[in-house]
Amino acid sequence: MSATSQSSGFTLFRYAAPHVFYPLAGRLLPWFAALAAVLAAIGLYVGFFVAPTDAQQGESYRIIFIHVPAAWMAMFLYVTMAFWAGAGLVFNTRLSSMMAAATAPTGALMAFIALWTGALWGRPTWGAYWVWDARLTSTLILLFLYLGFIALQAAIDDSRRADKAAGVLALVGVVNVPIIYFSVQWWNTLHQGASIRPGGATMAAPMLAAMLVMVFAFWMYSIAAVLARVRAVLLEREKRSAWARDVVQ
Amino acid sequence: MNWTSVEHFFAMGGYGAYVWGAYGVTAVVLALEVFSLRARRRRARAQIDRT
Repeated sequence: MSATSQSSGFTLFRYAAPHVFYPLAGRLLPWFAALAAVLAAIGLYVGFFVAPTDAQQGESYRIIFIHVPAAWMAMFLYVTMAFWAGAGLVFNTRLSSMMAAATAPTGALMAFIALWTGALWGRPTWGAYWVWDARLTSTLILLFLYLGFIALQAAIDDSRRADKAAGVLALVGVVNVPIIYFSVQWWNTLHQGASIRPGGATMAAPMLAAMLVMVFAFWMYSIAAVLARVRAVLLEREKRSAWARDVVQ
Repeated sequence: MNWTSVEHFFAMGGYGAYVWGAYGVTAVVLALEVFSLRARRRRARAQIDRT
């Protein structure tokens, strides 16, 4: 290993030290939370008051402004969770595994919101709350993968062994993400195709703008939630350390 | 502006139950997450105080 890579590696791992990362996460958290609130306010305003009524679906399409952001975040958070879990397995860095553990509940929540809002959109649009369609089924599997990760982590007392077992599950499950994403192309499905694809979107500009702003709002919210949770996990796991006592003083 | 009145807005062109059912549950679930995160943080801090 060269001297430069060693020094850059050192600075990167410096932030992985719990006593450095805990206050850093605490300083960043309110900014992400505030951004989420502002973006959600803008996105909902544009979504309900600027975006026109859909010619085919009427007002029911307005569910898209939370459905698509939640579905995207459910997939994106799974990939980041698998990334952190993989980094934890390879480098044996505790913080990486804690990040994976802190990401799972928010990811599960996003998968649930995607399924719930999808059901309430599907009923007026397709005539059914649920169909065993490739995209819906693979998203349900995503929710179960999150829940399995959380359950496995909780079932093993030794946190390092729990991180390893749950980390392997997270990595194996990542294969489901491209299946969800491409399901509308690979199989005949009731679910509509991608809202945005290379070369353009399939909807009016204010609809698209509101949806994208809401995607960023959900993204910022997720970062804030994960940072808040990883801080709690750090305190729980390092409760006997000197830095944790200093923090609570 | 899409809506002529407040009732018109809440009716959502007849899809009110679906649209507000989706938004309402999303808001409740996110609020529950924020609430549970605060509670977890309080518990974690209390645990350290006792040791």
